[in-house]
Amino acid sequence: MADEPDYSSRVALPPRTRVAVGGAREVTESLFTSGDRKKKIQGTIFLGLLLFGLSIALISIAAMITWAFVAGGPRLNTNLFTNVPSVVTPENAGYRTAILGTLYVIGGVIVLIVPLGVGAAIYLEQFANPANKFNRFVDLNIQNLAGVPSIVFGILGLAFIVRGPLSLGFVAAAGSLTLALLVLPTVILASREAIRAVPSSIRDGSLALGATVWQAVWRQVLPAALPGILTGVILAVSRAIGEAAPLLLVGAVTFVTFNPSFFEGGYSTLPTMIYSYAKRPQEELQVLAAAGVVVMLVLLIMINSVAIYLRNRFERTW
Amino acid sequence: MSETTTPSTALPEISVSADKVTSVDTEPKNTFELRNVNVFYGDMLAVKDVSMAIPHNQITAFIGPSGCGKSTLLRSLNRMNDLIPGARVEGDVLYHGMNMYGPKVDPVQVRTVIGMVFQKPNPFPKSIYDNVAFGPRLQGRNGNLDDVVEEALRGAALWDEVKDRLKDNAYGMSGGQQQRLCIARAIAVQPDVILMDEPCSALDPVSTGRIEDLMVELKKTYTIVIVTHNMQQAARVADRTAFFTVLANDETGSRTGVLVEYAATTKIFSKPDDERTENYVSGRFG
Repeated sequence: MADEPDYSSRVALPPRTRVAVGGAREVTESLFTSGDRKKKIQGTIFLGLLLFGLSIALISIAAMITWAFVAGGPRLNTNLFTNVPSVVTPENAGYRTAILGTLYVIGGVIVLIVPLGVGAAIYLEQFANPANKFNRFVDLNIQNLAGVPSIVFGILGLAFIVRGPLSLGFVAAAGSLTLALLVLPTVILASREAIRAVPSSIRDGSLALGATVWQAVWRQVLPAALPGILTGVILAVSRAIGEAAPLLLVGAVTFVTFNPSFFEGGYSTLPTMIYSYAKRPQEELQVLAAAGVVVMLVLLIMINSVAIYLRNRFERTW
Repeated sequence: MSETTTPSTALPEISVSADKVTSVDTEPKNTFELRNVNVFYGDMLAVKDVSMAIPHNQITAFIGPSGCGKSTLLRSLNRMNDLIPGARVEGDVLYHGMNMYGPKVDPVQVRTVIGMVFQKPNPFPKSIYDNVAFGPRLQGRNGNLDDVVEEALRGAALWDEVKDRLKDNAYGMSGGQQQRLCIARAIAVQPDVILMDEPCSALDPVSTGRIEDLMVELKKTYTIVIVTHNMQQAARVADRTAFFTVLANDETGSRTGVLVEYAATTKIFSKPDDERTENYVSGRFG
């Protein structure tokens, strides 16, 4: 595929998008190669550099997780998951409403980004004429959008979703829409990469058997690209779960002591809740914030496990 | 056409409808008839002014150097070129007398009647069974397809090798088996014509031999048009051979394929009329 444009270098994409795009491609390509992964290491110095880079990354992750468990240790119990937040009785306060808020917001994000992102990717890869100026304009802008700071999407959400044309107010749905807009470019780029990694001979082979373009895409190209697309979605959702900045602007800052609803009333999410606790001076709330990081990690691992299970299932459809 | 043996099915055919005689066919039966066909990619003329008749139940080979437009012309026979933006065909491509580029012709239908096998084996990343059943399923046949699959695999001389592992992934087969699977997949749709675009170029000699034997077997049922780089292959399997060459225009830098000579294979390889053909088949050029 050396003749394909390399999207990871054409525009300076944010690291997470690069990972998503690369991962999506890798997974799809592994379906079409014999699995021979022997690669010759060019020199020990180079290998050493790679291991050094890897160890820095691993050490920082390990340090963060260790800190969260040590600092949040005193509060790691079931109350943390079942109780509502409170600043008055921090020793009993929990994250129940924030967990629910995150699930609502992320659920909405998934429902929005999968059809929109995959649909846009299918159009751009399989139907759009790449020579068309409009399509190239769209293409370039999607890549640029992936690099826009998340706070900008927060302002956009505040102006157009919370207020303005949609006027949803400070509700979970507004948070979902804002985060969906934020990660949509990542999903589109990753899905495109996954679709592009399906050899065009698969599409041609279907068409030569009398399939319409739509049938070829739906029955052959998309199933083959699905594991890659799911990888992109997993990474996009992981990003959305951890996002706090745009949600601060669209209402997820309130102390919610009742279970949230999707279209009514205030809501809160785990990252914004952790932020709310962490910025207060009391020692107990600092502990609670650290424990919140553990809650978030658990939630993230659970959601990703489901997605990875789905991906592995689709990889074995024959 | 004088040197072509006329297929026995090509007796004068008279169809009488209620009010008039619709066709009286006394010519040898041709599957395709090309009249002054030009193929363009955008402004570039890729194939210029080809006129030829491709007979029924025979193997017709297209040979010639790279860039001579033989694959392009092949792809215009089942409208696969439609899928390339900017590609267009001028002139008449008649399939059993019907203009394939007529306004009412659905290219998707064309491809169910005129199948295609590609240069590189391209099985779908699914089971052997699902590969063969894909075409029939597209046509809305959703019941038990075991018989269809078995018949197609037998037709492609693959059944005995794979009958015990129909549910295995097609990617686990050898290259030659994959290419025969692609042939099985094509005949499962019950086409009339099979187009083959260098079907053996990615295969070893043993697999190539098996596919050539298969082609000779298949021409009893299907009309076969094959593009090949391998002149021996054309000499071995084809009844008729068309030699194409490329005309390069130094001023515009364009390269255009033209049909040099089209005749019975024995004539092309023993005493061709055109000097260019002789140079090519004797290995002096290309």
